[in-house]
Amino acid sequence: MSNVDVVVTGLGATTPLGGDVASTWDAMLAGRSGVGRLTLEWADQLTVKIGAQLKVDPSEVIDRVRMRRLDRSEAIALIAAKQAWADAGLEEAGLDKERLAVSFGSGIGGALTLLNQDDILEESGQRKVSPHTVPMLMPNGPAAWVGIELQARAGVHAMASACATGAEAMSLGLDIIRSGRADVVVAGGTEAVIHPLPYAGFANMRAMSTRNDEPEKASRPWDKGRDGFVFGEGAGALVLERADHARARGAKIYARLAGAGITSDGFDIVQPDPECKGGARAMGKALLDAGLTGADIVHVNAHATSTPAGDMGEILGIKAAVGTHPVITSTKSMSGHLLGAAGALESIATILAIRDSVVPPTINLDDPDDKLDLDVAAHKARQLDIPAAMNNSFGFGGHNVALVFTRA
Amino acid sequence: MATREEITSGLAEILEEVAGVNPDDVAEGKSFTDDLDVDSLSMVEVVVAAEEKFGVKIPDNEVQNLKTVGDAVSYIEANH
Repeated sequence: MSNVDVVVTGLGATTPLGGDVASTWDAMLAGRSGVGRLTLEWADQLTVKIGAQLKVDPSEVIDRVRMRRLDRSEAIALIAAKQAWADAGLEEAGLDKERLAVSFGSGIGGALTLLNQDDILEESGQRKVSPHTVPMLMPNGPAAWVGIELQARAGVHAMASACATGAEAMSLGLDIIRSGRADVVVAGGTEAVIHPLPYAGFANMRAMSTRNDEPEKASRPWDKGRDGFVFGEGAGALVLERADHARARGAKIYARLAGAGITSDGFDIVQPDPECKGGARAMGKALLDAGLTGADIVHVNAHATSTPAGDMGEILGIKAAVGTHPVITSTKSMSGHLLGAAGALESIATILAIRDSVVPPTINLDDPDDKLDLDVAAHKARQLDIPAAMNNSFGFGGHNVALVFTRA
Repeated sequence: MATREEITSGLAEILEEVAGVNPDDVAEGKSFTDDLDVDSLSMVEVVVAAEEKFGVKIPDNEVQNLKTVGDAVSYIEANH
């Protein structure tokens, strides 16, 4: 437990459900799916033809010339971070930028740029390759652009832990503020790699749903008919702030980031530990860090991606570390799986669940797995008083991150 | 053979496309960096696009001599 309190004072997102936090949250509470038939012509050549594409294309928000030097993952990181920053009102508050850090990651990075520029290289030779290629594809690019945009001078960090990245970004942000290295951290995750190569790779692992004829029903965590995750793109950002700093300036406070737990499985590069032992240890560490016990956690926004193996393992982990009482949900049933941005978007969903006293639904849970013995907010949002909630994120490589948010 | 005016107007199109420069601001006396705010990476893009548009080769060691739009027009006029 730390004696430095950290709170959330700003939220930003651009997702398959909406171009900002409000529209994304409205869509979640209404149980809308952001999944559809891909609008890209190459999809016809692949076994997976569905995905969760951004509701608002970044080119509608960022001008054409600027977009020439931004990878799509960087552009949407900027959009989410700027929304969160404006929401927090810190520019008006005159924050000393030497007290501002950035913690922003991506699971895969600037692969769209890498692949598109490689096509240009093959077809037209070196001279035609964009001189912006390297800063567009480097994995620290999104974090760096956010840092430049906000003039952050206390350090810019870019982590990569696959689908746990967004949550790890929150955990690092918490550590930075607790250590005294910054008063404010803009933390988030971004992912935008809807391209035939990652699609082919994930499809050939048999990790993705092939429910091509019913895209909005494809992401169905814990349902017997689940057949893999649905690839999504998006970005989410939080402004984390030392609580006394936020209170001193009269900031609007969404919730408290009370604790974080990180573990690694040491088990397999892609398979989750079948009993979710590493995940359960992360949840336990997060509780300890927050000074809470499992009994305090009323709601868990689960990692559950709609894969046959992972979904049920996490149930074992939640029961072992938290208990059988929390109302759980997987908002991936609506947003699809945003990979490196998932932990950021789901942190936002967890925080807003606390604020609004409502658990967003898990849609498509029509025929629950026989072993599902926890209470899921299936089909419809559920009113619930939530003093404390948890968000889980697990990534290829055996990365496990659990975050605990509490009412401020 | 393109006239100096035609070359200037062709460069203005490229500058607008690559760097968002207002074509009305493009004139022979303007410096790429100081007046038109074209940074070094955008300048690389401008050069590659100009080579294609005007059928010239602009070697890297020449690019540093092209300070103004007029410098570029003269180089293109003499070499295309």
